[in-house]
Amino acid sequence: MTLLARTARQGGYSSEPMKIAVCIKHVPDTGSRRIDPQSKRLDRSGEGALNSFDAHALEEALRIRESGGDGEVVVVSMGPEKAIDSLRKALAMGADRAVLVSDEGAAGSDLVATSYLLAKALEREQADLVLFGQQASDADGAVLWAAVADRLRRPVISQVAELTVAGGNARGKRQTEFGYDVIEAPLPAVVAVSDAINEPRYPSLKGIMGAKKKPQDVVTVSELGAEVDRAGESGSRTTVLALSDPPPRGDSIKIEDDGSAADKIVAFLVEKKLI
Amino acid sequence: MAARPSDYPAPFDWRDYVSVPTDPEDERIEVGVLIVGAGPAGLACAIRLGQLLEESPETAEKLGEVPVAVVEKGKQPGSHLLSGAVVNPRALRKLFKGRKVTEDFPFLQEVHGESVYFMTSKQAFRIPAPPTMRNHGNYIASVSQLGRWLADEAEELGTMILPETSALKLLVQDGRVVGVRTGDKGLGREGEPLGNYEPGADLVAKGTVLAEGTQGHLTGVALQRFGLESDSPQVWALGVKEIWKVAKPLDRIIHTMGWPLRFGAKYREFGGSFIYPMGEDMITIGLVVGLDYRDSELSVHDLLQEFKLHPKIRKLLEGGERVAWGAKTIPEGGLGSLPKKLHAPGVVFCGDGAGIVNVPALKGIHYAIESGRLAAEAVFDSLQPGKTPATPGVLASYDDAVRESFIWKDLHEVRNMRQVFGKGFFMGGALASMATATKGRMPRGTIATEPDAEHELFRTDRAKSYPAPDGKLTFDKLSSVFASGNRTRDDQPSHIRIETDVPIRIAQMWVNMCPAEVYEIVAGDEDKETVSVQVTPSNCVQCGAITAKGGRLTPPEGGSGPEYTNT
Amino acid sequence: MTTLVFLEHHEGQLLKGSLGVLSKAAQLGGDVAGAILGSGVGGLAEQAGRYGAQTVYVVDDPALAAPLPQPRVDALAALVRDKGIENILFAQSVLAADVSAGLAARLDAGLNWDLVDVSVQDGELVGKRPALADSVYVDVGWTQAPRLAIVRTGTFEPIESGGSATVEQVGAGFEDFSTAATMVEQAHAEAEGVSIEEADVIVAGGRGLGSPDKFALIEQLAEALGGAVAATRAVVDAGWYPYATQVGQTGKTISPKLYIGCGISGAIQHKVGMQGSGTIVAINKDANAPIFEFSDFGVVGDLHEIVPKLTELLKNR
Repeated sequence: MTLLARTARQGGYSSEPMKIAVCIKHVPDTGSRRIDPQSKRLDRSGEGALNSFDAHALEEALRIRESGGDGEVVVVSMGPEKAIDSLRKALAMGADRAVLVSDEGAAGSDLVATSYLLAKALEREQADLVLFGQQASDADGAVLWAAVADRLRRPVISQVAELTVAGGNARGKRQTEFGYDVIEAPLPAVVAVSDAINEPRYPSLKGIMGAKKKPQDVVTVSELGAEVDRAGESGSRTTVLALSDPPPRGDSIKIEDDGSAADKIVAFLVEKKLI
Repeated sequence: MAARPSDYPAPFDWRDYVSVPTDPEDERIEVGVLIVGAGPAGLACAIRLGQLLEESPETAEKLGEVPVAVVEKGKQPGSHLLSGAVVNPRALRKLFKGRKVTEDFPFLQEVHGESVYFMTSKQAFRIPAPPTMRNHGNYIASVSQLGRWLADEAEELGTMILPETSALKLLVQDGRVVGVRTGDKGLGREGEPLGNYEPGADLVAKGTVLAEGTQGHLTGVALQRFGLESDSPQVWALGVKEIWKVAKPLDRIIHTMGWPLRFGAKYREFGGSFIYPMGEDMITIGLVVGLDYRDSELSVHDLLQEFKLHPKIRKLLEGGERVAWGAKTIPEGGLGSLPKKLHAPGVVFCGDGAGIVNVPALKGIHYAIESGRLAAEAVFDSLQPGKTPATPGVLASYDDAVRESFIWKDLHEVRNMRQVFGKGFFMGGALASMATATKGRMPRGTIATEPDAEHELFRTDRAKSYPAPDGKLTFDKLSSVFASGNRTRDDQPSHIRIETDVPIRIAQMWVNMCPAEVYEIVAGDEDKETVSVQVTPSNCVQCGAITAKGGRLTPPEGGSGPEYTNT
Repeated sequence: MTTLVFLEHHEGQLLKGSLGVLSKAAQLGGDVAGAILGSGVGGLAEQAGRYGAQTVYVVDDPALAAPLPQPRVDALAALVRDKGIENILFAQSVLAADVSAGLAARLDAGLNWDLVDVSVQDGELVGKRPALADSVYVDVGWTQAPRLAIVRTGTFEPIESGGSATVEQVGAGFEDFSTAATMVEQAHAEAEGVSIEEADVIVAGGRGLGSPDKFALIEQLAEALGGAVAATRAVVDAGWYPYATQVGQTGKTISPKLYIGCGISGAIQHKVGMQGSGTIVAINKDANAPIFEFSDFGVVGDLHEIVPKLTELLKNR
């Protein structure tokens, strides 16, 4: 399956060169997730991987770049040093450059602090389009794009299942509870894409081997021009107080069908006010 | 009807996995030395090469932009590594001589004490540790963590590691191995390209090191291609293990034999268990059983569950929590089953893939490391002016080096110990003791092995005593697969080659054998004499048992399979 | 304590989720207000009073006609600053996620989401949210006001307290960038219906169905309940139902209010995709199926008899 076939299926990509920034996150491996009892936050010290939702955002950026002929795809991330692994994977998939904001002082950043730092990093890039994945599998970044868009003072479209970029505008088919909206915003804009939008490519061997040579910047909070006390815990406005066990599911009922099971289920659902 | 798995051979032809390079020349990826497998053998080879190239820039120049590359089919180095393990540090010390000391190695702890028990279903009798099993001076390690550490060391010396990359075909040109072709990605269930199809690539190299571990795919193909298979066929055991967080630390390593395995010669149930501490709050517990067993109801996975219910064993686990699970085969043929040569033009074979394992001592890791180190020296030597690795005979220096090393000495001493257990526990024990006492001089010669798949199967009611999983101490296979970190894509083409219409006895054997519930008898066939077997390849943890018992495992899409981290 | 609840509306009705959060806010005490933002929405204010709002701020402006987030951030930011509001609560929705996050950035205020409970401890708001696939619960707080929170769908039921609210019309000014995005075409549901990730009710089918045509039973039950159909890995692998409906480790994760699993064993690979469901009902003929370990109502029986009967009973209610 060639590049041509890939972009032909989508149609609706601009043929102008563009600069696209993709925000990606290095998230702890699903298998070994645990909460650190000391910090009460997700333990990020073990193995991690590129957040699968961000791979969709990156894929979209690569398709747009490919149909525009030229242009640049920059991946931006914030995290511990080992997050460079996910950035390398993104470079292997085809991104041109990576920027990692890595600073001990940024650890423990909540939405307020993270969006502030990411916005600072993105301001340096001045991209035409900033893409996010719709969700982070560690459930920490679930609403980041709207916060970043506000700080960048750019229009935002989220939950995008189909994206068209043409004539200086981004047009997204947005999935809501009531069906699909079609929303248009002039570039520069921020777009968060859902996992329905595309199938991310596998990095080719050449891509993996070439990734190391591509530019990778690791910057600290102050190198970003950001205020140190607006990062990390001091810059956060939310706190984690305590951990507890989930409430027990309550008494569970198990019956054998004697012909009346259907009636009993209905009675149960009524009692639970589910119907 | 005699139910012999070898009568229903897998639809597998090694010729399908040998090819000349087919990519246009400018699209082939060129590296200097290509190593297949980021395990202890492959990484030791990469590290030693890195050390040698550091001191020899002229040789490094010959190897181009990527002097040493390691391809690994797992998500990352360590993802497919599993062992006990108690490691003899001598090979690591040799590898890092002058650069690191024992304290630098990623061992969990030193062996403080050990006990060996003979088990019955209710009791455990302490017996003296056989001389081959004394572990004083050895260290407990997680081979998966060791792999990750070795990978970092290799990268620091300039190796490029390419994870999620399977080596599917051997590239052979003019009778010499010139590299491998990597597997495709993004294929659907019928082998059709999906939206994100990425074809494999020809990875060509001046020299290729096959360090694929047990049931190495290309190793098997290469041995057939170059006619190097030993006259004494390789045999395997299946090891299944768990890692537990426990309330009480364990102060020594434990090995057991006897229950739940049966002694009679007809059963051919050779093996035992191991229980090792992993630091203050974790232990690992596993069961290893030779795959020459004959009872179609035998399930190593379920025997381990049963084993945990033994009054002495459950005490070690009570109040704890299972945190990981895994399974892998171990080559057990020993010296006699090693390939006729450990090299062919352009290629060498290392580690478990070549069968370099000392069964009675339960050791393979330090031999793998040493074989990797010797391979590196031989390959480096073959790159010197006037030679190439592809010239026939040049890599024989690797064979010579292995013969002169402690690998050969140790393996020779124990060369018959596994085979004698084919005569049953007591006879085997007697002959093994003889071998130990005479340091391998008796019994004379090397006893031949019989392929695991050639033993005729019968059925007992062994499954009756497998415990129903309670989710706390005992578990079902799917929960175990989950605990291996396996989340392989469901719609991949099947990587397992088996004959799917077989006598029911063979199908039952596969169903019970596989620790990951890959095989099932098609619903409705249970009462027939010949049944259809259903395969769920995404459950597969690539242990390799199927290859021993009539089928053939091939590498699935790179990145698939388990994601071991501390096994 | 002053609390403002973002009252989302659709086609002339305040959404149930918002009213539930409003009811809870009323319970927590202090000054409780609702915010209704839109164009031509004055008539909705009365509803808000009945569900516990003492004041309803109505921001009526053409810029707010389309359900787009950024103009709402402008309006709410001004409201919060002008009225000195401490807590701003949202019921989870696509729109609320964007509005609350934009507002958090605008005000540099903390936002906690996916809350399954809120309470007042020592005079301050505290939230409770699940983590790690609902296997552990975390108490979360804020360092200072304003405190923003998103409440997980279905957490609080609307309770009519029968009060009435003072309605205050509030003017709004908008940033240029906030009104740059435009609604070209507003939502019309696609033919497929509710996606399984949004559905309140899911009926799932597994191998126990026996054959692909038996999915008709599942579809009929789902229809009777107004829910969506989901499938296990095994049946999707076998080609009985599309991958888009697969729930589990290698499929989707769902947390509907009601999940009914038919002919599903409940292997962990499936469980991790649906264990956050509010109420779990299981029908399986194998009494030892693992699903009975975590279901709320389990029936050991033949789904081919029980499911059609259940569908019938529900249709006749």
